[in-house]
Amino acid sequence: MTDRRNLFNKVWDLHAVREFSSGQTQLFIGRHLIHEVTSPQAFQMLRDRGLTVLYPERTLATVDHIIPTGSQARPFADGLAEEMMSAIEKNCDEFGVTLLNIDDDRQGIVHVVGPEQGVTQPGITLVCGDSHTSTHGAFGAIALGIGTSQVAHVLATQTLALNRPKVRRVEVTGELRPGVFAKDVILHIIRHLGVQGGVGFAYEFAGPVFDAMTMEQRMTVCNMAIEGGARCGYINPDETTVEYLRGKPMSPEGDAFEKAAKWWGSLASGSDADFDDHVTFDGSSIEPTVTWGINPGQSVGVNEPLPTLAEVSDDDRVGIAEALEFMELQENQAIKGVKIDVAFIGSCTNSRISDLREAAEIAKGRQVADGVRTFVVPGSQLIAKQAEEEGLDKIFTDAGFDWRAAGCSMCLAMNPDKLQGREICASTSNRNFKGRQGSPTGRTLLMSPAMAAAAAVTGCVTDVREMLEPAHA
Amino acid sequence: MQTVQQVTGSGVPLLLDDIDTDRIIPARYLRCVTFDGLGEHAFEDDRKQDASHPFDDARFANGSVLVSGRNFGCGSSREHAPQSLNRWGINAVIAESFAEIFFGNCTALGIPAVCLARPELEKLSAAISDDPQLEVTVDLDEKQVRYSDASVACEIPESARVSLVTGEYDFLAQLLDGKSQIEQTAASLPYMTNFAGE
Repeated sequence: MTDRRNLFNKVWDLHAVREFSSGQTQLFIGRHLIHEVTSPQAFQMLRDRGLTVLYPERTLATVDHIIPTGSQARPFADGLAEEMMSAIEKNCDEFGVTLLNIDDDRQGIVHVVGPEQGVTQPGITLVCGDSHTSTHGAFGAIALGIGTSQVAHVLATQTLALNRPKVRRVEVTGELRPGVFAKDVILHIIRHLGVQGGVGFAYEFAGPVFDAMTMEQRMTVCNMAIEGGARCGYINPDETTVEYLRGKPMSPEGDAFEKAAKWWGSLASGSDADFDDHVTFDGSSIEPTVTWGINPGQSVGVNEPLPTLAEVSDDDRVGIAEALEFMELQENQAIKGVKIDVAFIGSCTNSRISDLREAAEIAKGRQVADGVRTFVVPGSQLIAKQAEEEGLDKIFTDAGFDWRAAGCSMCLAMNPDKLQGREICASTSNRNFKGRQGSPTGRTLLMSPAMAAAAAVTGCVTDVREMLEPAHA
Repeated sequence: MQTVQQVTGSGVPLLLDDIDTDRIIPARYLRCVTFDGLGEHAFEDDRKQDASHPFDDARFANGSVLVSGRNFGCGSSREHAPQSLNRWGINAVIAESFAEIFFGNCTALGIPAVCLARPELEKLSAAISDDPQLEVTVDLDEKQVRYSDASVACEIPESARVSLVTGEYDFLAQLLDGKSQIEQTAASLPYMTNFAGE
């Protein structure tokens, strides 16, 4: 009999320690990533109870959220940020956890570092006190964002108490048209399934569009599963996954790698796998997509007008009116041509080398529009180094972009990179919530790296396809 | 751990959809190593921009039962969000639905987060606005929300309800209790032995 379980359920079953009478599963956690923001209180909980870290070698720490992307001289100018740095240094030292600190060239955004180091692998369970942990599902792992109490649970027991979610197969057929990127695909999916459509589900992203994607593109998609309400999104491992992991610092080596690759392949959902739900999108109908509102589901194709209040559902009307008012946009207005003040290229969604290359292709030989502030922020020190070797930093600086050091930067602005006042930002990050980018009244338009670069040089929302070389357009 | 069977108090009506955790506690207040002091910053940016925000409305100053809409607590996983609400004085949340990580964080802190259908939420919200001192009870034993002469069935996942009423919502003790089984599961996973057995 064939195994009709999907990947999620196979991996879940392998990691189930036992069932509690409440119906929850005690689930073993293969990898735990921590950072400076959501871990200090967890270590304190361990201290308060006299507990140690059960498997210290299964947890890896880095620093990202509060790291300045300008001068990184210690102590940091922000005393609170410096205090958090000292806390994670002390905690990792005391509890025996490896820390990739800013003096280590492996440091970077936690969801960039895990895959880059080969920590993220198919078939594992991986958690982190950060909602964008869904990123790691790109490898065919169960990857979940957790709260700080749960960080303490994992540190102390390497397990969590969790309810098994349902699994929805989100299939995207056909192929993407030129100028349409992974970011557009996930924004399109969230627009149509809603920001809470995935609550209670893990999303399996499947079909030819995801099969054709690189690992970096798959990470962009899975990163934003949480924005659609799905705590976990994943893609079945295939040759692309195996080749990405071959030779990574923490990948298995030699014979063990071949055995691992075979095991990874065995976990993929079969063609007759069972799912709790199934939706299908036509990849060729996806347009470059831009958010106009205050949640990631409020988006339109770049050539579409904003919604009109009369046409939207009763459920959505109040929220859309609130968003239009906050954004100072009109119903039925074109998104194309909306002026921007800032362009941010970075974040765990879009700060990998291919993202920087896509943005650089647009920046090359052009100039940032007058009055537009820019931030190009690589996701890790290794990406920064590679980009510099490829000359991407030079392309950006020649075009007037500000090339920065690795960190979370303006995605959530817990560091000096912030919007000011009512500025509008063309951003490659993942959240356009009110106040998200550091100014309580600041405004965010989410888009792909190429679209953000295009907005930076034109000074307004632009259809990047009009700027691509003929070979790509 | 204390058991949580019932929470009773006056209400705070905030019947909006998709309230994210950045709004509940702006990221700049996550620059901290303890959760102390987060209470005063709950909804700070929303309050500054909306003079009539219920968290600044003297009528609801003593409210401990928050009433909100669909997908409450979406976005960032920050436990700072329920910590901040709790330190503000909120001991229970009633909404149309919750984002998953936020819901789990509430449960871990002993804060019941229960769901009501929209029409019932609208009635409850109106009743609180009419009478800010109205006593609202969230009863986890009966799975009910009660106020004045209304008694409405509410929804909460059974695992969360049981953990709250038995006082085992912290989970840590139960998780620690399974140590030998944890080791067994670990030993059975190919990647824990560098694929030696494959």
